[in-house]
Amino acid sequence: MKREKPQSFNTIPIKERLTIPRQEMPEQDALLRSTNFLEVNLGLTPEQAVVEAQRCIECKNPTCMDGCPVDIKIPDFIQLICKKDFLGAAEKIKEDNSLPAVCGRVCPQETQCEEVCVVGKRFKPVAIGHLERFVADYAMAHGNDSSKSIQKPEPSGQKVAIVGSGPAGLAAASDLIKEGHEVTVFEALHEFGGVLVYGIPEFRLPKAILREEVANLENMGVKFIKNFIVGRTMTIQELMADEGYDAVFLGLGAGLPRFMNIPGENLNGVYSANEFLTRSNLMRGYEFPEWDTPLYRAKHAIIVGGGNTAMDAVRTAKRLGADEATIIYRRSEIEMPARNEEIHHAKEEGVVFMNLVNPIEFIGDEQGNVVAATCLKMELGEPDESGRRRPIPMEGSEFTMDVDMVVIAVGNGSNPLIAQTTPEIKTNKWGNIVADEDGLTSMEGVYAGGDIVSGGATVILAMGAGRKSAAAINKYLKVKVGSVA
Amino acid sequence: MYKILKAEFIAPNVKSFIIEAPHIAKKRQAGQFVMLRVHDKGERIPITIADSSPEEGWINIIVQGLGKTSAHLNTLEVGDHLQDLVGPLGLPTHIENWGTLVCISGGVGTAESLPIAAAGKAAGNRVISIIGARNKDLIIAEEQMAEVVDEVRISTDDGSAGRHGLVTDVLKDLMDEGVIPDMIVAIGPLPMMAAVSDQTKEMGIPTMVSLNAIMVDGTGMCGACRATVGGKTVFVCVDGPEFDGHQVDFKELGMRQKMYKKQEAESHKCFLEQQMKKVKAEEAAKRV
Ligand SMILES: Cc1cc2nc3c(=O)[nH]c(=O)nc-3n(C[C@H](O)[C@H](O)[C@H](O)COP(=O)(O)OP(=O)(O)OC[C@H]3O[C@@H](n4cnc5c(N)ncnc54)[C@H](O)[C@@H]3O)c2cc1C
Ligand SMILES: Cc1cc2nc3c(=O)[nH]c(=O)nc-3n(C[C@H](O)[C@H](O)[C@H](O)COP(=O)(O)OP(=O)(O)OC[C@H]3O[C@@H](n4cnc5c(N)ncnc54)[C@H](O)[C@@H]3O)c2cc1C
Ligand code: SF4
Ligand code: SF4
Ligand code: FES
Repeated sequence: MKREKPQSFNTIPIKERLTIPRQEMPEQDALLRSTNFLEVNLGLTPEQAVVEAQRCIECKNPTCMDGCPVDIKIPDFIQLICKKDFLGAAEKIKEDNSLPAVCGRVCPQETQCEEVCVVGKRFKPVAIGHLERFVADYAMAHGNDSSKSIQKPEPSGQKVAIVGSGPAGLAAASDLIKEGHEVTVFEALHEFGGVLVYGIPEFRLPKAILREEVANLENMGVKFIKNFIVGRTMTIQELMADEGYDAVFLGLGAGLPRFMNIPGENLNGVYSANEFLTRSNLMRGYEFPEWDTPLYRAKHAIIVGGGNTAMDAVRTAKRLGADEATIIYRRSEIEMPARNEEIHHAKEEGVVFMNLVNPIEFIGDEQGNVVAATCLKMELGEPDESGRRRPIPMEGSEFTMDVDMVVIAVGNGSNPLIAQTTPEIKTNKWGNIVADEDGLTSMEGVYAGGDIVSGGATVILAMGAGRKSAAAINKYLKVKVGSVA
Repeated sequence: MYKILKAEFIAPNVKSFIIEAPHIAKKRQAGQFVMLRVHDKGERIPITIADSSPEEGWINIIVQGLGKTSAHLNTLEVGDHLQDLVGPLGLPTHIENWGTLVCISGGVGTAESLPIAAAGKAAGNRVISIIGARNKDLIIAEEQMAEVVDEVRISTDDGSAGRHGLVTDVLKDLMDEGVIPDMIVAIGPLPMMAAVSDQTKEMGIPTMVSLNAIMVDGTGMCGACRATVGGKTVFVCVDGPEFDGHQVDFKELGMRQKMYKKQEAESHKCFLEQQMKKVKAEEAAKRV
């Protein structure tokens, strides 16, 4: 696709731009922040944002955009920052991404837009994520809610149900409401946002941001219904046949946490990451007893896994007062799927990393509380199907350590509920919903996207899938109207 | 939303609520439950749907005040609202015409076994209900049960009503009289369900129990509710709540239920102190 090069507002010669150092994100002091749940990153100042924007060399062929799964017009919004038109920059981003304040915070930029930024070939890449976050926060602080600027579309007279309020569902809702459809989001839990509210902690993504994004969508006309579990409260067939929904989008997310199937996993104090994080984030267990849901405050916690989820859990355990919070990962740090920033932050906060170690048993006391973990040391062999080197247990390397809490963060299976209640919708052997390029499932008018189709992925990929399905639903509904008229 | 239409104590510390919930009322089947929150900083707790009216759009729950959340819930009155209510959750009870079905229940478990007894009867079974309680005042739902089943038998620990003894003693009596159950459904405190399962295992009578694991979401997302059944880990909220009693690791589940004992006691104490303050303030206000 050819696009016009945006107007330039940067007067600094290209060569000089390359000498500007990447602006550092101000952050809460590591010692202080490891005792509170306030946000770690504090956001660029307006001055910093402009300087950072000036580092962009306005490539003729902006590869950064290829790295963004939703094709944000990165050079365009960066030029608007150079012009100090921060609200304009926010609007520009929102053309392609309805949750910039979220993505600016949690996108793995270093493997997406920033990885392919041309400046990054020889210097540090332009801090696209930080800039995105800056303009989104600026717009929010200045009461710029896009619902006001967007013209109310002609009502189409058609109804779309969105199941699940994670990033996939929210992105789809945002695109569909703009086409004039009546859009209702159904959520099983009592808050909206999916993993963004129950999984990702407050110190990385303040819940207030998400509430504001949801409120914006509400202002645009999207209806939100919580405590409604599709499949049980009402089936998909009932939504379509009895409630008159013309199309349905399923953004159910991943489900069922995986365990390791080793002895002692059901001892008290052994959590799945989902449970530990849900108790802490959604239920605010870290404010117990002010909030009612209890949560273990461990002295020595181990967290098994190396992804974002493991980092979130270990940093939460630390904040809950653990003297020692340790990551146990069976490969080495290079293979860790977590974002670099999270690993770096965790280390600063005093998290211990035990790489090339795998637990084989948890040991309990008389009351069934976990008191120790037996582990094996590992070494790396040949690469496996995932391309990462396979961990192999080292003979005779068994050792036992005292622990009083374990969090298992080795991934999720898929949510079985829709498959159980709607056999028309085909799933694969992992329980993921089978959908085509457009997100269409094996049931007419029913689309799906996000983690429920792809397996655990990222926020922006889920949003991208939601947008694709929204576009396909639009087309489908136009044809449907045509065939009725 | 989720307005309380009726609320009354039916035994000491046990309250029955009728709650407006038209969607749930329409769909629920025997054996299913709801997750609810009492207030906006509250816990999510599972409670069985004891009865419902699809026509009038309400569900009935029966709650025993045990800790903070259930005690708080039991202070609510007609016209109050629940903060959150979602359901119906869990797999419906598998009901068929087994022949003779014996429903054994203890404590609030009787409320939970009512819909199952009724469904069992409707499927053509001869249904006998055995209700156990510590004493006569703690027996609930006896009349409702009597309306749907062929026979109700009672046991109390202190002998203040029915047979002096435990539900397992009544079951033994029944068998001595020549009644051979084809199916047993036991719902109540864990020790009771464990004792019944032990007893029926020897005799080879299929026994279903309803596990009350601690839950968080109730939708299969977190794994808080896991239990070991037949050597495998299950998620009670989506794989159950009913399981083959002969396969359940009751000891493990018993320990898991006590996981937050310390925190629960703290939370309950805070709540009671708040309640005391409230009562004192009200009294003071009256005196003025
Ligand atoms: C702890 C953690 C940290 C992460 N960190 C990052 C990160 O830093 N960066 C990143 O890009 N990605 C991260 N991810 C991954 C990312 O959060 C997910 O890929 C993304 O949220 C998937 O979005 P989704 O919309 O598909 O589903 P979800 O976000 O899972 O949302 C699904 C929603 O649907 C609801 N639902 C399910 N079934 C039903 C039903 N039957 N009826 C009604 N509602 C239903 C669920 O309750 C849930 O709210 C992280 C994930 C976790 C768990
Ligand atoms: C599927 C299901 C259906 C249920 N149906 C009903 C019902 O119809 N009526 C009813 O009164 N209760 C029912 N329960 C039990 C109810 O959920 C618990 O009593 C409640 O969660 C206790 O919360 P609390 O904060 O008041 O007490 P807590 O302070 O959490 O606990 C107080 C005491 O109860 C024990 N306890 C904690 N959780 C449970 C639990 N899930 N089950 C049993 N004991 C527990 C603790 O060990 C503690 O000693 C059901 C539970 C499940 C899983
Ligand atoms: S959405 Fe993510 S990938 Fe796209 S530009 Fe923003 S930070 Fe980069
Ligand atoms: S690749 Fe980097 S330098 Fe080039 S336009 Fe994109 S952000 Fe600017
Ligand atoms: S309560 Fe969370 S999975 Fe069952």
